[in-house]
Amino acid sequence: MSFFEIKNLVKHFGGLAAVNNVSFEVQQGEIFGLIGPNGSGKTTIFNMISNYHHPTSGSVYFKDKDITGLKTFKICKLGVGRTFQVVKPLGRMTVEDNVIAAAFSREKIKKNARALAKETLEFCGLSHRKDVLAKSLSIGERKRLEITRAMATRPQLILLDETAAGLNPSEVKAAIELIKRIRDKGVAIIIVEHIMKVIMTISDRIHAINFGQTIAQGTPQEVANNSKVIEAYLGEEYAEN
Amino acid sequence: MKKFGPIILLIALLLFPLLVQDHYYQHLMILVLMWVVIGSGWNIIAGYTGQVSFGDAAFFGTGAYTAGLCMTKLGISPWWGMAFGGITAMAIAFPFGWICFRLRGAYFALATLALNEIMRHIATIWESVTDGMVGILILQTFVSKVPYYYIALTLAVVSVLSIQIIIGSRWGYYFVSIREDQDAAESLGIDTHYYKMISLNVAAFLTGMAGALYMNYMGFIDPEVVFSLHDISIMAILVGIVGGVGTIYGPVIGAFVMVAVHEFFRTGFFGFFKGLGAITGSDTITVFAKYVGHAHVLGFGILVVLVILLLPNGIVGDWKKITNSLSPFKRKEVVG
Amino acid sequence: MDVFFQTLVSGILKGGLYSLIGIGMTLIMGVMGIINLAHGQLMMVAMYVTFVCFHYLGIDPYITLFISMPTLFLLGMLIQKYTLNPLMEVDSILPENQVLMTVGVGMVLTEIARLIFTSDYKSVNTSYSGATFYIGEISFSVALTIAFFIAVLFTLFMFWFLIKTDLGRSIRATAQDKDAALLMGVNSKRITIITFGLGSALVAAAGTLLMPIYYLFPDIGGPFTRKAFVITILGGLGSTVGAIFGGITLGLAEAFGATYIGMAFDDMVGLLIFILVLLFLPGGFKRLTKI
Repeated sequence: MSFFEIKNLVKHFGGLAAVNNVSFEVQQGEIFGLIGPNGSGKTTIFNMISNYHHPTSGSVYFKDKDITGLKTFKICKLGVGRTFQVVKPLGRMTVEDNVIAAAFSREKIKKNARALAKETLEFCGLSHRKDVLAKSLSIGERKRLEITRAMATRPQLILLDETAAGLNPSEVKAAIELIKRIRDKGVAIIIVEHIMKVIMTISDRIHAINFGQTIAQGTPQEVANNSKVIEAYLGEEYAEN
Repeated sequence: MKKFGPIILLIALLLFPLLVQDHYYQHLMILVLMWVVIGSGWNIIAGYTGQVSFGDAAFFGTGAYTAGLCMTKLGISPWWGMAFGGITAMAIAFPFGWICFRLRGAYFALATLALNEIMRHIATIWESVTDGMVGILILQTFVSKVPYYYIALTLAVVSVLSIQIIIGSRWGYYFVSIREDQDAAESLGIDTHYYKMISLNVAAFLTGMAGALYMNYMGFIDPEVVFSLHDISIMAILVGIVGGVGTIYGPVIGAFVMVAVHEFFRTGFFGFFKGLGAITGSDTITVFAKYVGHAHVLGFGILVVLVILLLPNGIVGDWKKITNSLSPFKRKEVVG
Repeated sequence: MDVFFQTLVSGILKGGLYSLIGIGMTLIMGVMGIINLAHGQLMMVAMYVTFVCFHYLGIDPYITLFISMPTLFLLGMLIQKYTLNPLMEVDSILPENQVLMTVGVGMVLTEIARLIFTSDYKSVNTSYSGATFYIGEISFSVALTIAFFIAVLFTLFMFWFLIKTDLGRSIRATAQDKDAALLMGVNSKRITIITFGLGSALVAAAGTLLMPIYYLFPDIGGPFTRKAFVITILGGLGSTVGAIFGGITLGLAEAFGATYIGMAFDDMVGLLIFILVLLFLPGGFKRLTKI
């Protein structure tokens, strides 16, 4: 009876196992961190959850329903939203239109979609840029747009992929605030992040992977002190200390 | 000015046949209106949804043959073709889109090319139904061009209005989202396959109706004419890109310009060279005039190359670019 | 049974020529990601060059290879440099600009040919045009057989070139990963220009070799472009080996289609294969054999 669960997820690309038997559970309303060095398979896991890539084997469960391999748009409608690591703004549409397009997934009538978009823009702090073309946004704003769009689909679980990467310190701080606000709204979050400060401070629990396999799971404290995790990031000598 | 432009244009178009009695110009205007319809259809699937089609003739020809066959095989008025032409075109678009929308970008474009060719082959080979290369000849309902003009005008207005309504609606948002980033669109809950199908079927419907109109108006069609790659499919693309991809009035402007360009070449720069040849008595110029007359496809080819290089967003889309380059004072671009 | 072998032989011989067309195109597609819808038209230009050389200069087609190939090499480079490369800088809503551009170029080439030569059918009748020799009961067209062997020669040369020379390796590098190649000092603009020239030269060879046994008119480009596609996609984009497979497959399919179904159908056969391959084999044979 879990809120969200992945079981034994595997993904092969040609001969390479990008993700090799990863399982974890996420509780309703928690912030669940997914960490690992570059290329460890974090984004691939996200891609499998939203079926951007079809899992080679394994399953994904959301609110007790098997959503493995369901069409991506259906997964969104069921309540799982996502952002992309390499941002995908709908460039020639305004920020507002980007969000309205997302809002239409919940509100069929334009007036209501527009209202939902307005509300979401305010919540995410992008109202002041609503008439700007998405392609003219700075990288920080684009990342924020990714989140705003996903939030406009009224998700119950949101997958945030590297939303703080490439941001300056004050932008990072603002991103952390936004993520906390999302959690306070009752939305569960799985967050992939490189910036340790971000993920350690806001996650309730953390799952660490390397080379596509689980190496540790637990509270941020436990994971930070885990030797395998230290080894993965900093090399063997540090781990031995 | 922007708001009144279309209304002024509409009034001018309504009054046109009353003011201009010359059959030649009435004919040209009917063609223009027909191309507004076809161009709008292409624009919906290519300009707005980003699925470039190289084979709209497939839908045009299907509509035309539907109207013709109403007469020759069913014995009913070819005007029924106007109603059915759009539907039969959709009957082609539906399975085609279903199968081929999994192809992205240029591969989809290639598939539309293949569809164009397949339809042309079918019309040519299936002689028992279509009379093959002989084509279909029917009696035209009206002697005067004026009724055809107003029917074409109605069709054109309906097309442009439909596009306007669609683009402002949920469909419109979804179409453009698919164009901008199909993967992002999917992640936002958009069933991209379904909406691409809708877009294609709208385009097919409009183009099919235009084809049926053509059958009724011209009275004669054959596979080479209505399934023509250069004269229909490429022309549709030119109407779309010259006018302005992804704009509502782009096809309107594009239709005017392209029909004018077509006539320009067909008549040898409106008889300029022929006249020059007659005046100077020069044989070379007269022969040259004849060559130019046959060279409209060459003109199209050159136009494609130039427009893509210089005006990729069409007249409407690159309007600022055009006015800037024509202005004697170079305006500085304000970077947003 | 003889009919079967006869068909098999004609299919394979023709397939050799088709492979040349395919290699040229797959190179262009693989390296630049450019879908060249003017490929058949380039072949048409080469065929007219061959025609002119034969009729007005009395040069035998096999010698004309030394004229048509460099000419088309140059033409290809000019096309890439002035119409296709500039497109990379242009920002447009229309995603398939580059394909459309090649369509425009193809139209221009066709119409210029029509203007100069009219739509009349032209042919080149050499002493060996109709000649055949026999092995057992099976007849071999002399011209087609020679063309086949020259095609094989060119193919082997291409393999050597791509694998052993610096330029060839730069081309393959750009095909695999343009950005990585750039970082390693490969001038990708120059490579695209040379590659388009190379692809054009190869299809020129096919055209010149085909001229003695085929007929020529301006619109012949279209069907050949389509054949080039079928071959390239059957074989997998950017795969030279695949182009060979694709060429032979198409040659065989057309030969068997013509023999067992009917003359009018060889075009339809090509079209159908085209759609089927587009749908079911996006990676071409390459996908099946992992070459």
